Amino acid sequence: MTSTAAIAPPADAPRLPVRTMAAMFVRLLAIQGAWNYETLLGNGVGFCIEPALRLLPSGIHSPEFKAALARESRYFNAHPYLASIALGALARAELDGEPPARIERFRTALCGPLGSVGDRLVWAGWLPFCSLASLAIFGLGATTFAVVSFFLLTYNAGHLGLRLWGLRTGWKHGLHVASALGNPVFRRGPQQIGRLAALATGIAIPLALGRIIGPGRNLIGGVLIGVALGSLLIVRLRNRIEGWRLSLVVLAVFVLLSVIR
Amino acid sequence: MIIELVPLALLGGVLGLDVVSFPQAMISRPLVAATLAGGLMGQAPSGLLIGAALELIALETLPFGASRYPEWGSASVVGGAIFATHPTHPAGAMTLGMLAALATTWIGGWTMVKLRQMNAHWAAHWRQGLEAGSRGTVTTLQLTGMTADLARGVLLTAIAYSVLSPMANACIGVWSMDARLSRALIVTTAASVAGGAAWKLFHSTAGARWFFVGGLAIGLFMLFAQ
Repeated sequence: MTSTAAIAPPADAPRLPVRTMAAMFVRLLAIQGAWNYETLLGNGVGFCIEPALRLLPSGIHSPEFKAALARESRYFNAHPYLASIALGALARAELDGEPPARIERFRTALCGPLGSVGDRLVWAGWLPFCSLASLAIFGLGATTFAVVSFFLLTYNAGHLGLRLWGLRTGWKHGLHVASALGNPVFRRGPQQIGRLAALATGIAIPLALGRIIGPGRNLIGGVLIGVALGSLLIVRLRNRIEGWRLSLVVLAVFVLLSVIR
Repeated sequence: MIIELVPLALLGGVLGLDVVSFPQAMISRPLVAATLAGGLMGQAPSGLLIGAALELIALETLPFGASRYPEWGSASVVGGAIFATHPTHPAGAMTLGMLAALATTWIGGWTMVKLRQMNAHWAAHWRQGLEAGSRGTVTTLQLTGMTADLARGVLLTAIAYSVLSPMANACIGVWSMDARLSRALIVTTAASVAGGAAWKLFHSTAGARWFFVGGLAIGLFMLFAQ
């Protein structure tokens, strides 16, 4: 693979060397490496876009390069996977020589949509779906290797595919990338995945608890009633205490009772 | 102890790094992380068992935006390793492994907040270079953040395992509760959290409740048919 080989571009998009695209993609996996409460993803965007900025005609020691890198390293917020869309679009805008003020406005406008769409699609949809589907497979008695492989392969097919698609789509559309957010995957995907995840939840919980409880399965009726009541309690208590903290308290009390008795 | 601690701490560091910094491939999810820890102790299936229970709880804490959430990668290594060191699964082993993981995940979440504050401090310290568009500064800040995150995970895992593993062993020695009851309580707690989490995630999705009910019917049928 050489720097002269290129990603097949759409009719009107300039060619981006494969080496540059690959460097941006690998760096994209570390986009949150310096995440902080001041600039959020900002430095990560600068870090990821730097290989593309090297292609600026004036070179890496020029004022244009430094101004572009400084601009791209400022505050930015987005879902880490969908930041790839912004990254591709911003790289294209910088290399096309768009006015800095226009690029700044574009960066600001992208933050909200890329955050909320990504959260709904990935964190509230794809991740729980893959997790619950894997728990269902676990509950059916699959081997350790099968459960872990299924989870990692399924999840990362979506994860890496989304990042790669985003980078290419952003590069292809440049500052007009907003139309890509109208993709059916973003419009209807969260709902469809949500339904599938709800189905997987129903299947996974009884099967997973059946396998974890193991020899105590004659207690399963009581456990199921306990789960129904416990779930209701956690739903009622939302915004007051998180379930994992409640679990910590319950288990700590149980350990104390078991050890002291 | 030292011989098992070094690989566990390194694993905890790598999986802690995966939570946010690199590459977010979800190898840090309890289902994977606890299994890998169990594998290091020669008991991958034990790791998977506790990993599944932790995964049910972890469904509630997804990494939304800038929210503060527990860190499951390093914590699952600690919990998975503690449970896997008792391959006969004596009464209390899973309860104590879960408790150790939950305690570590709590501390881990706090360390992530501190790391983010440190990243902000470093960004402020290097502001001049960032505003000047220095390649070196941008790359250094990124690598510093990632290295600090790796170190955070290594230290967290090493300290948590060193402290909690002997405590768990001592508690198992005097455990008085019935093994089946112990396991039933864990499962009830974890599945309750998962049920509550699922409601929070999907209750606003049109038709999701019917999919859930349908899934539950399938799941219960398969459970009792097994």
